[in-house]
Amino acid sequence: MYDFKSLTDSIHTSLSAGLSPIMVTIIEFVIIAFAFMILFTLLGLILVYAERKICAFFQLRLGPMRVGKWGMAQTAADAVKLIFKEPLVTKNADKFLFNLAPFIIILSTFLALGAMPFAKGLHALDFDIGVLYLTAVSSIGVIGILIAGWSSDNKYSLIGAMRSGAQVVSYELSVGLSLLTVVVLAGSLQFSEIIASQEAGWWIFRGHIPALIAFVIFMIAGTAETTRGPFDLPEAESELTAGFHTEYSGLKFAFFFLAEFVNMFIIAGIGATVFLGGWMPFHIGNWEGFNRVMDFIPPLFWFFGKVTFLIFLMMWFKWTFPRLRIDQLLRLEWKYLLPINLVNILVMAFIVLKGWQF
Amino acid sequence: MSAFAITFYMGSALMLIFAIMSVTSRKLLRAAIYLLFVLIGVAVFYLVSDYMFLAAVQIVVYMGGIVVLIIFSILLTSHLGEKLQVVKPVTFVIAALVSLIGAGIALSVISAHTFNPVAADGPETTVAVIGTQLLSYGKYGYVLPFEVISILLLAAMVAAIAIAKREKKPES
Repeated sequence: MYDFKSLTDSIHTSLSAGLSPIMVTIIEFVIIAFAFMILFTLLGLILVYAERKICAFFQLRLGPMRVGKWGMAQTAADAVKLIFKEPLVTKNADKFLFNLAPFIIILSTFLALGAMPFAKGLHALDFDIGVLYLTAVSSIGVIGILIAGWSSDNKYSLIGAMRSGAQVVSYELSVGLSLLTVVVLAGSLQFSEIIASQEAGWWIFRGHIPALIAFVIFMIAGTAETTRGPFDLPEAESELTAGFHTEYSGLKFAFFFLAEFVNMFIIAGIGATVFLGGWMPFHIGNWEGFNRVMDFIPPLFWFFGKVTFLIFLMMWFKWTFPRLRIDQLLRLEWKYLLPINLVNILVMAFIVLKGWQF
Repeated sequence: MSAFAITFYMGSALMLIFAIMSVTSRKLLRAAIYLLFVLIGVAVFYLVSDYMFLAAVQIVVYMGGIVVLIIFSILLTSHLGEKLQVVKPVTFVIAALVSLIGAGIALSVISAHTFNPVAADGPETTVAVIGTQLLSYGKYGYVLPFEVISILLLAAMVAAIAIAKREKKPES
């Protein structure tokens, strides 16, 4: 039910009818790129609005209210403003690297978004190495942050870039290891297979306590990897004005801003896919009737529902906890999260060997 | 020309250009970024040859690891606007000669080697196959090199910690 494979297959066959294979591939690339660009923009608009409203809710304010009903058109208006702003460049900046940095960040975000399974058959890149691919491409983003900070010729930017380097490189480990805990359970790195393995129930329920611990670690480390609060040291606005993107304005600033929000969506999407079953409806073991009823709710709804919940969780984090200091941040990762994670993965391997998972 | 051939030749041309720019650039960080592009090109070659795992490892190790490390050390040691010296003509000629000799040796070895055509679908290279082979002690198993490398890495890590934690001598 609700299989998008028939749709994508019909597009493919109708294109292949009159065109050479190369042209078909190119046209399909263009279609997919277009779809992702639209998704990217929509995600940016919606998430920025959501962030401002949720922040306002936690601070007992109303948030944006002027533009449109309940301020709904506020982010669209902001986007128009950003497009018409002058792209400033500092005098001594390394122009080439300065202009390249936002593109590297946005490239890594796009590549990661490509591996996101939205629904059955609605999946741009279903590699055999899914999880590894995702951790690989999301590690490119830090290069963009580093060269953005260095090339803008600003001491605050440079400090922000150095902090982000230390932070992202260390938290990448925890993200990878916590995902591996579930890969041990599912027995595959491919996203479609990880989802298929959760047909009898989501791993967070079936994987005993280790899966729960891995999920908590993943959410903490994932938030740190997107450099969002309480881990927003690279752009700590009260100490570094805006960290690595202080000198950026106009569209290039919008790129950094968008990438941050879409990265949040990606982390929530991976968390939802690996721990909460992705587009797989809520199933309980062999309760046939119950599972059948749940299948009537479309997979897109399940996926975006779970992602919305996780994004809300991350925003809740941000507006509740104060920012960590750099030494606290690194101590949290190397002295607590990493050892817990390593022990956790061993426990999980033992459970899988004994066949104790549900 | 097939899509593979187009990707291959365009990718090779770009890689060569970036490789030359990387060694001739007088700005250190730019050289590192050109190197990054060359390494991306290698990953793309693995990808179009259907070696997914190798492509991902190339990205993780070289881009996420080594290039980040290089950039990090450049950030710590040099400042914006700093330009490297132009090398002396003698050094330039010697370096060009040495690299030409290296390229010549590599080319002669490759051209002397006869490549056996493999079956159209080739060997299976899924992660599962690679994983089992890596830890198998049967024929074509890689468990011994794997363990030797892990001991080497452990020794390197212990050594790094020993250097970093060396007790400071009391000043006399």
